[in-house]
Amino acid sequence: MSAARDTWSKPPFIANPVLRWTVYLGAIAYFGWVGLTMPIDWNRVAEGIVRAGRIFGGAFPPSFERSQLLMDGFLESLKISVLATAGGVLLSIPIAFMSARNVAPLPIFYLGRAIIIIARSFHPVIVAILFVKAVGFGPFAGVLTLIVYSIGFVAKMLAERIEEIDFGQVEAMRAAGAPYLSTLVYAIFPQIMPRQIGLTIYQLDSNLRASAVVGIVGAGGIGATLANAFGRYDYDFALAITIVIVGAILLSEAVSGAIRKRIQ
Amino acid sequence: MLKITDLVKRYGSGDPVLKNLDLTIEGESVVSIIGSSGAGKSTLLRCINRLVEPTSGSINLNGTELTSLRGKNLRAARRKIGMVFQSFNLVDRLTVMENVQSGRLGYISTWAAVTRRYPKKDIRRAFELMERVGIAHYANTRADQLSGGERQRVGVVRALMQDPDILLADEPTASLDPKTSEQIMGLLRDLAGELKLPVVINIHNVTEAKEYTDRIVGMRYGRIIFDDKPAQLDQAAMDEIYAGSPHADRTDDMAAAS
Repeated sequence: MSAARDTWSKPPFIANPVLRWTVYLGAIAYFGWVGLTMPIDWNRVAEGIVRAGRIFGGAFPPSFERSQLLMDGFLESLKISVLATAGGVLLSIPIAFMSARNVAPLPIFYLGRAIIIIARSFHPVIVAILFVKAVGFGPFAGVLTLIVYSIGFVAKMLAERIEEIDFGQVEAMRAAGAPYLSTLVYAIFPQIMPRQIGLTIYQLDSNLRASAVVGIVGAGGIGATLANAFGRYDYDFALAITIVIVGAILLSEAVSGAIRKRIQ
Repeated sequence: MLKITDLVKRYGSGDPVLKNLDLTIEGESVVSIIGSSGAGKSTLLRCINRLVEPTSGSINLNGTELTSLRGKNLRAARRKIGMVFQSFNLVDRLTVMENVQSGRLGYISTWAAVTRRYPKKDIRRAFELMERVGIAHYANTRADQLSGGERQRVGVVRALMQDPDILLADEPTASLDPKTSEQIMGLLRDLAGELKLPVVINIHNVTEAKEYTDRIVGMRYGRIIFDDKPAQLDQAAMDEIYAGSPHADRTDDMAAAS
């Protein structure tokens, strides 16, 4: 018997050395090329810093003078996100079942996945622009936008949870001769329920945040108020709005964290 | 009476897992099926209630041919076949009562199931059976709060709620400690007698098979090579059932075929 080896090194991530060095050198070359060809004008960057200083200077101290306007915008955002979460989550449940490989037949599965992919492929701002064109300025466009946004996320996560269930429970219902819907309600819903509730709370949180963004392109809510304040150079009011948004998100984060911890 | 004739099950294009298997189970006997892992015990049991689709052959339960059933008729036939699982397969987040009543899902409407409006006679039957196996006081407890032995009792009661003509148990004691395991085996034997119910049990523990069942079927790689009273299971028969490896066995088959 020969002496045991005393050297060992972790196998490289890419086994083929030619491919490995091609990838490494290619990545370095690309970044170098990007750095050299991006039109970055350092003079404008310098001017921008001064301008940013002026904006922040104008923003202090934040002005809560028009707090009525601020409150209205915020409450509208809240309404938008609550409605959108309810609608989005309700629609997500059937879509999630359609998109779970272990419970849906293949054609239905592809249809469900297609819906999710379409809902996910556009940023809410782009969807909001479309809906604002379609149904006009205002909170309704915001609700529709965030419903699409919610489906993209909730249906996908829920479908993944359905694919991870303990299938033995489904098998037990099948073995007892249970019809399809009864099987879903007894063997699958209880297993995905905690995730379902967690996702709903998370989505409410996320919709509140997104509603501020989609408001900027005209879909109502506090985002619209914020865009107006910026447009009129009311930087102190804009800061007040930002503070309220951050405060609301911190609060909802804390509440949703506490609730999610309690459901296991 | 359960009559299996010429049953073949092949997964994909490989070697069949069940090879032209014949088995008849009559009356209210408790039959155990033994054999090493991969012998096809589980597949055989699952072919009976069609959790696994047989490739060919016939399975006949009290005059109903099970292999050709579809949809509604298949569900109706499955109601009459109770099954007890190795990992219990209870719905962890539901109460024991809901788990027990899930054995009735084939009989009640989806609406009644969703709203938990179980028929009075089902509730009475559930309490009777839970009383019988000693879990009635857990009716409102979530299933995941119970110990292994208690969970398997719920599994047994759920299967019995189906009012089955036959009970299949797929290694019902493999996840339990030895003492609990014997209690469950004793329970299955006693219930078979009380309810005049034939029971087929897949089991790894040969000692328990000998003690608690009336008949032992020994399987080896898709075939039944022993079928007799427990007393007849001697060392030679044991060696034959548990000897060899799937690989060696298949090589023999090929040698015989060529």
